[in-house]
Amino acid sequence: MEQNKMASLNTQILRMSGVNPRKCMRCGKCSGTCPAYDEMEYHPHQFVHMVETGDIASLLQSESIYKCLSCFACVERCPRGVEPAKLIEAIRSLKTRPVGQNHITPDEIPALLDEDLPQQAIVSALRKYMK
Amino acid sequence: MQRIGVFVCWCGSNIAATVDVHAVAEAARHEPGVVFSTDYQYMCSQAGQNMIIEAVKEHHLTGLVICSCSPRMHEATFRKTAANAGINPYMVEIANIREQCSWVHKDMAAGTEKAIILAKAAIAKVHLNTALTPGESKVTKRALVIGGGIAGIQTALDIAEAGFPVDIVEKEPTIGGKMAQLDKTFPTLDCAACILTPKMVDAAQNENIRIISYAQVEEVGGFVGNFHVKIRKKARFVNEDVCTGCGLCTEKCPQKKVPNAFNLNMDNHRAIYIPFAQAVPKVAVIDPNYCTMLKTGKCGVCAKVCTAGAIDYKQQDQIIEEEYGAIVAATGYNPISVEKFDEFAYSQSKDVITSLEFERLTNAAGPTAGKLLRPSDGEHPHTIVFVQCVGSRCAANAAKGKEYCSKICCMYTAKHAMLVRDKYPDTDVYVFYIDVRTPGKNFDEFYRRAVEEYGVHYIKGMVGKITPENGKLKVQGSDLIADKQLHIDADLVVLAAAIEPDKSARPLATMLTASMDTNDFFTEAHPKLRPVESPTAGIFLSGTCQGPKDIPETVSQASAAAAKVIGLLSKNTLKGNPCVAQSDEWMCNGCSSCANVCPYGAITYENKEFRMPDRSTKVRRIAKVNPAVCQGCGACTVACPSGAMDLNGFKNNQIMAEVDAICK
Amino acid sequence: MQVNENNEFRPKIVAFCCNWCSYAGADLAGNNRLAYPADIKIIRVPCSCRVNPMFILRAFQRGADGVILCGCHPGDCHYTSGNYYTRRRMAMLFSMLNYLGIEKERTRVEWVSAAEGAKFAATMQDFAEKVKALGPNKRLEDLRCKQ
Repeated sequence: MEQNKMASLNTQILRMSGVNPRKCMRCGKCSGTCPAYDEMEYHPHQFVHMVETGDIASLLQSESIYKCLSCFACVERCPRGVEPAKLIEAIRSLKTRPVGQNHITPDEIPALLDEDLPQQAIVSALRKYMK
Repeated sequence: MQRIGVFVCWCGSNIAATVDVHAVAEAARHEPGVVFSTDYQYMCSQAGQNMIIEAVKEHHLTGLVICSCSPRMHEATFRKTAANAGINPYMVEIANIREQCSWVHKDMAAGTEKAIILAKAAIAKVHLNTALTPGESKVTKRALVIGGGIAGIQTALDIAEAGFPVDIVEKEPTIGGKMAQLDKTFPTLDCAACILTPKMVDAAQNENIRIISYAQVEEVGGFVGNFHVKIRKKARFVNEDVCTGCGLCTEKCPQKKVPNAFNLNMDNHRAIYIPFAQAVPKVAVIDPNYCTMLKTGKCGVCAKVCTAGAIDYKQQDQIIEEEYGAIVAATGYNPISVEKFDEFAYSQSKDVITSLEFERLTNAAGPTAGKLLRPSDGEHPHTIVFVQCVGSRCAANAAKGKEYCSKICCMYTAKHAMLVRDKYPDTDVYVFYIDVRTPGKNFDEFYRRAVEEYGVHYIKGMVGKITPENGKLKVQGSDLIADKQLHIDADLVVLAAAIEPDKSARPLATMLTASMDTNDFFTEAHPKLRPVESPTAGIFLSGTCQGPKDIPETVSQASAAAAKVIGLLSKNTLKGNPCVAQSDEWMCNGCSSCANVCPYGAITYENKEFRMPDRSTKVRRIAKVNPAVCQGCGACTVACPSGAMDLNGFKNNQIMAEVDAICK
Repeated sequence: MQVNENNEFRPKIVAFCCNWCSYAGADLAGNNRLAYPADIKIIRVPCSCRVNPMFILRAFQRGADGVILCGCHPGDCHYTSGNYYTRRRMAMLFSMLNYLGIEKERTRVEWVSAAEGAKFAATMQDFAEKVKALGPNKRLEDLRCKQ
């Protein structure tokens, strides 16, 4: 069951990022380039490798995903066009915006609504968190 | 009415696995004209061919249909079989049921159905085949080698050795190519000049070899055995026959600021120069972009000091026209420009150099007389970082870089690292690698020596960024084994740039109608079995113009190409392709439409007397095809408004019959 | 037009392939086992410029649902200039056919080199799908030709 969940998370990361980790030829230029390397527990080339082998759980728990500056230097310099930063971005989004894990149910909303809250704010909140 | 035999090949299980071969043979049996039909495991084997010969004799067959692999593979084989069986080789048609059927269709029913249709189309075509006899053309016993690097020199020497005259066309003022610029060669570390220059001299002294240097091929016409080539020999402004190569002029010329291309612009030479001491031909050349005399008409120092009187400021480009039987392309390679890779700071720092520049820096005849000095300040570097795969092995759609592995960089980087550690043991040498690829005789041993005996630090990882700072180069890279990011303060960084075919190769390929791949390497006729021939008859490939290669491989390929050329030139005549255009003189009205589209000028017109039905005589203008010149493209057959022009082997009614059979 | 046991329309497609490029490209597709529909039947010609517009008309007359012509990339013709003639001739012919009601998706000229096995398979796949979507071609079909 847990394994299935991880597998589906993995496909979701690939879909969101549009990255194919199999393109990686393990040169390590991404990690050679990364300005935040020393801050990270896992490094850009390891991100790619871990997504490829399906080790998503460790990644989701690691602080490393927040250490990435999204400077995209690895994307720019990767000779094979793997785009590790996009992968990290996707993992980060997955963690911060978990799909189907709403903090409140729609039924609870009317009671919480403020008269003065603009309609637009509710719509955009839904749009943001229901992706 | 023809008596047709149909032979369906199983090709082991290659065809039989997805095509019901018995069903194909059975379906073919019921086609009109088919008197014999069978299937067999390997039609191309001796037993299979004997089976065909037996069937021809027994059933008095006049036409053969072989349902097998691509005609590009075995058409020639089965034509020979037909000839052995006593029928005209051009009475054979192949139905391609392997590459274009069994291998691309998974479904047995669909595959079988298609194979039957293809067989029927071939049967319909062979009904209309006629016996053809190839014409003969003479072979001009002279070869042209384009490019005077080690590949071109070796090919020319081997051809000349067999007794045939060869011309080498070289675009630079001297032959020698890239190898002349190298310092030492792996894996033996003998000096490049010591093994190359004797060969250059051999080429110059061989009476069968003519070196046309500082020249380029401008136009190629004709066909195998009879190429007609126009070569433009650029003006040197020095009379080649008179110049003794004493070099006095190159010392006296007052214009000293001409970048020395041979040393990759790391130093200067004069406006009149000899590229290097062992140049062949050893003749001076004036660079018209820098010569004061040629630009302003005032100077003339070289003419004054030349005791031989060889300087000729009025020299013009010269056009040489020559006939050749075979042409060898040996146009070689260049390192790619690494300026696009901003992260390596090549254009920001003089101390980031390419491997070829490094060769010149360590070469005794180079700008530093062989002392390894930093280009920026002339100091000895103490920490050197080598970066491999710069621009090699990139994604196919990458904006910069090549998709292929350049093959030679692993070895020459090991060589460079080893040489540095040998000469300057106080130097720290780091090599960043993705993979170390050393297939080749004594190659891996060589690389291991660099690591084990010379203590070169090999780091599995890649350099991500180089920043010039306070006279140092801050190199940031990853060490994947130690799982660390490294920061090295280097004095010198050497980039192993990918190699690419010379820019002159593409226009040359167009002139030769030789095909190229997407990287501008020449394509070989067969990747495994015909590696030194171009698919275009009479064009051969030598060296790196066909793909990345080291020197040993280049030389073997060069000799292989020479062997093929010698084979061709030793024939007195060549059997032509009988599938040429033919005009029906009764239908032709002499309109010239065909001659206008013919790319070979194979069509001429003549006035011929015709005896008309009313017994009068009439002179009419009609087209005549020269079968030796016609290459059989068929452009004229479509251009002909009266339908008089037809193409043997691919006649209008034959192709129509195929169309009908397929659409039935 | 053919119909198989599922009553599914299967187009008849004639592909004229130049011996030097696309025919070799088709062989390469075979070597690499790149599948494309079996509805494609290839006729080998020495050069795309050998293809007389008559052949294409004949194919449609005899019931072809699509005709594709493959030659060398511009500038790479084995015979120097044949593919340029093809390009011009077919531009004329296809626009005339379009005028007659043969949809322009049923006819195509494509440049496929000997090294482009994958492009060959992809082109054939795409062309077969487009023709299939159009359904059977009746416009030029000569019913007298049918048994």
